[in-house]
Amino acid sequence: MRLVVNGEPAQVAAHDLAEALVALGYEGAVVATALNGEFVPARKRAETILLEDDRIEIVAPRQGG
Amino acid sequence: METLEVYGVELKSRLLLGTSKYSSLDVMAKSVRAAEAEVVTVSVRRESSRFREGQEFWRIIRDLGVRVLPNTAGCYDVREAVTTARMAREIFNTAWIKLEVIGDRDTLAPDVFGTVEAARILGEDGFEVFPYTTEDLVVCKRLVEAGCKVLMPWGAPIGSGKGLNNPFGLRALRARFPDTPLIVDAGIGLPSHAAAAMEFGYDAVLLNTAVGAAGDPIAMARAFREAVEAGYAAHRAGPMQPRDMAAPSTPVVGQAALS
Repeated sequence: MRLVVNGEPAQVAAHDLAEALVALGYEGAVVATALNGEFVPARKRAETILLEDDRIEIVAPRQGG
Repeated sequence: METLEVYGVELKSRLLLGTSKYSSLDVMAKSVRAAEAEVVTVSVRRESSRFREGQEFWRIIRDLGVRVLPNTAGCYDVREAVTTARMAREIFNTAWIKLEVIGDRDTLAPDVFGTVEAARILGEDGFEVFPYTTEDLVVCKRLVEAGCKVLMPWGAPIGSGKGLNNPFGLRALRARFPDTPLIVDAGIGLPSHAAAAMEFGYDAVLLNTAVGAAGDPIAMARAFREAVEAGYAAHRAGPMQPRDMAAPSTPVVGQAALS
């Protein structure tokens, strides 16, 4: 499926957001996700079905002021 | 120093420190220790599955044993800030959020209208909001009405190091909100700026660049810790009132008549 992951186009073989994270190599990482600008809690990733051209944001802790 | 209570948490340190701008994560960690900061600000940013930079940073922060205050830095509208706050809450497992809704790219001045709106949404969603705001009295009233139990007026634009641009406004805010914790956030460049904020009766200061971008961040962190302690002690000690004309400190009575 064609998705936009962190601003970059990506082909991902996944049916839902949880599968996409595994397919993209994020297994075990501390991350949070948003789909098309809306926060998706970790517990809801498996029930969040992806559609063609969905925009996914995957963020992690980073330095901040 | 007496402890500072914010959202039911007692803090011994009144210096909140940012984690950005350091030459390395090791220098960052040593600076946090030198500052004896109990609260550090952090952010969330896009993670690469290949490099996983955020994971190492997070491990080091957890090892420091400090409390984190995630920010919504770089957000220019309410929706973006709210989504960022929700992602940060899940990652860092805290209801605390340093709310930044930016309104101007050159000065990074807060969009105070968006900040009030986002504060209300986040407060209703269970967040404990630390709003980055201007020192505008009425904006601060609106933020308190929106549920904020702490206010964080800027001293000067973020990263500018210009200190306290509007001492009158900051003092007025202190006078009008005697019971709300007030933290000067942003613009502090020198320990003397931090001391001045504390002398005004501010409860704490939050800074990043002044330490992270210093020639020796660890030494500067220590200098800021001492300045915050000195400013706090000075405020408690009751500063003298300034006057326009001189007043001799040496007794006039008893001076020999020699002319």
